[in-house]
Amino acid sequence: MLKPKRRSVIKLAGSAAAVASTGMAGILASGRTPAYAQQKTVHWLRWVDFVPASDQLWRKELVPQAEKELGMKINIETVNGNDLQPRTTAAIQSGSGPDLIMAFNNTTYIYANSVVDLTDLAEDLSKREGGIFKYCRSFCSDGKIFMSMPWAVPGAMISYRKSWLEEAGATNGFPKTWQEYRTVGKKLKAAGHPIGQTLGHTFGDAPTFTYPYMWSWGGKEVEQDGKTVAINSKETIESVKFMTDFWKEAHDEGALAWDDTNNNRAFLSGTISATLNGASIYIEASRKPDTYQTEKGKPMKDDIQHSPLPAGPAGQFGMHLMQSTMLMKYSKNQDAAKQFLKWVHTEKNYEKWFLSQKGYSTPCTAKWEEHPLWKQDPVMAPFKVAARLGQAPGFAGLPNQKAAEALSKYIVTDMYAKAVQGMPAEESVKWAESELKKIYSA
Amino acid sequence: MAVTAVPGMVGGRQPLPWMRKLEDERWLAFTLLLPTAILLGLFIAYPFVEGIFLALSDARVGDPGHFVGLKNFAKLWDDSIFWTSVWNTFWYTAVTTVFKLALGLWLAMLLNRHFRGKAIVRAFILLPFIIPTVLSTFAWKWMFDPTFSVINWTLFNLGFIKARINWLGDPSLAMTSIIVVNIWRGVPFFAISLLAGLQTISPELNEAAAIDGARPWARFWLITWPLLLPVTMVVMLFSVIQTFADFQLVYVMTGGGPANATHLFATYAYQIGIGTGLLSQGAAVSLAMFPFLFLIVVIQLLYIRRVEVR
Repeated sequence: MLKPKRRSVIKLAGSAAAVASTGMAGILASGRTPAYAQQKTVHWLRWVDFVPASDQLWRKELVPQAEKELGMKINIETVNGNDLQPRTTAAIQSGSGPDLIMAFNNTTYIYANSVVDLTDLAEDLSKREGGIFKYCRSFCSDGKIFMSMPWAVPGAMISYRKSWLEEAGATNGFPKTWQEYRTVGKKLKAAGHPIGQTLGHTFGDAPTFTYPYMWSWGGKEVEQDGKTVAINSKETIESVKFMTDFWKEAHDEGALAWDDTNNNRAFLSGTISATLNGASIYIEASRKPDTYQTEKGKPMKDDIQHSPLPAGPAGQFGMHLMQSTMLMKYSKNQDAAKQFLKWVHTEKNYEKWFLSQKGYSTPCTAKWEEHPLWKQDPVMAPFKVAARLGQAPGFAGLPNQKAAEALSKYIVTDMYAKAVQGMPAEESVKWAESELKKIYSA
Repeated sequence: MAVTAVPGMVGGRQPLPWMRKLEDERWLAFTLLLPTAILLGLFIAYPFVEGIFLALSDARVGDPGHFVGLKNFAKLWDDSIFWTSVWNTFWYTAVTTVFKLALGLWLAMLLNRHFRGKAIVRAFILLPFIIPTVLSTFAWKWMFDPTFSVINWTLFNLGFIKARINWLGDPSLAMTSIIVVNIWRGVPFFAISLLAGLQTISPELNEAAAIDGARPWARFWLITWPLLLPVTMVVMLFSVIQTFADFQLVYVMTGGGPANATHLFATYAYQIGIGTGLLSQGAAVSLAMFPFLFLIVVIQLLYIRRVEVR
């Protein structure tokens, strides 16, 4: 049995006596809560990481370490990425909730009125680490304030099975153009392992495919003025027509409503041959080489490679999930939360997390491109430049609140989804145009 | 011995003046109703009024907004997804209610018979209703999974299909899938409620009719059904309200997809209001449900009254 020590009993009695002797009157007179109730708690809401080892690292190592070093309590809570926006809205409206919330892409603009300016922290990080990439900066800063602190970019690349693509004729590496990809995809589907691509309402794999796909054909949401809706163009219609046939000929048609986890499972089970994804498929296959094997009984990880999306008539583009951290205005622990943010962004702490990601996430500053991790595994190398080369939604305008609204409503994604379900290309583009006009004219 | 009551001595205390007031029935009724009225006001009337104000403003997350009149409703009028949701909600409610009623009644009739293990079967029937909806819907989501569907696997291995059925990826199949799950979940409620109704019908009526030569079908239509009608109508009223405003099931199964094909009022309101942060537009979608639901409820209540009078 645990025996209380004499000293601790005296201490406890002393503090109890202090409260008892002065009572509530004493507490009220001093205007301060008793000292032992003053430990600050910071509540941090993040996504459930696609690299489970990183969540473990936070819980078992980094959070306890931060608590010790900063003298505060840190509650880390993880939810499915698709639930972050609803949670943020609910918290802002009720004026209470997590102090720090992870934001995806340009949703920061939707919550701009409800966050604390983090310019000092962000610019300090930028100075220390060789500059924040333009792509990342455009999501976090509206030019006046930093609505959030840039965190990282889980790059979106096509994970594919080398052997299957070679069998389908892609002997010189991954197809360079959409047309080549379609030709190979046709053979892949005929061989029983099609391409898997979601066109559903899911934060990562759907928009990071549909936006760059549209751009690569020359399509865009708005003109550079950020007002004139420009989606209804010959180029967009062409892209939709191509997608409709490409879908039927080469894709797993069951993928239409997949979320961000479905393609991981389908790929690892050997159902599909290629899919736009973060590196989580490869990382999981590497973690369990005995579980995930090819039909020949070899570890699947050795048959996986990554490639950027192919090029279209207007060039090659990428859009990668951008993650940042918002400090909420309603938070009563803003100083403590800032302190914690500063702590996680110090190089030695951030590096531990970065290493646990094994290249799944690319940091937002230039310095990390030099990190030896990128030389460890050539399969992960394509992810190194994700944060440098991405293009933000809302192109050719800014990724502002209107662009964020369009992204949250999955308008571009639905335009393609409607077409592959049978709506004529012209009509689906017209539908997207009318939806975008409602947003941009408001 | 004559006993004289001494005023104020009964129970040792004089009743307080406000207690006296309660002797007046009107005050008593008021006092007894007050807690319920406060609860209803706080949790039903206040959010409802707040919802109306929100729908008439241009509020978005973190911005209280200004009064804009009916602008949000005008926007909805031109919103094709909204009209899809309206159609879906009616279709979803109508189809599921018909099936839930038919299957529930059938089950209730079976359960009303005597057989061994009756109590256990009755308890088991309630399972779909007892399991939290989100949990059971997740199980269904797995069964309809595009890649790993156990239904597809079974049909494939039995040789009924050659290619996978795209349960949640095809708009009409996705709608059918959520309808199936709603029926599965709702049948027990109908069955148990109707069973309770059936047990109030005196068996003698049926026996008398049988002696007179009435066949089972005639006995059902002429005796059981009319006597069960008041209960049936109330059960249907509850079910229609719940189904019309359903959220969890669709949210978990399809999230309103593919490409907004399975949105109901509630899921669409959630997507716009809470997901995108356009609170006023979300409130407008949500409020648009009210006149439809109000009309359905009034018609049903009038019908119930007619049935009861008869």
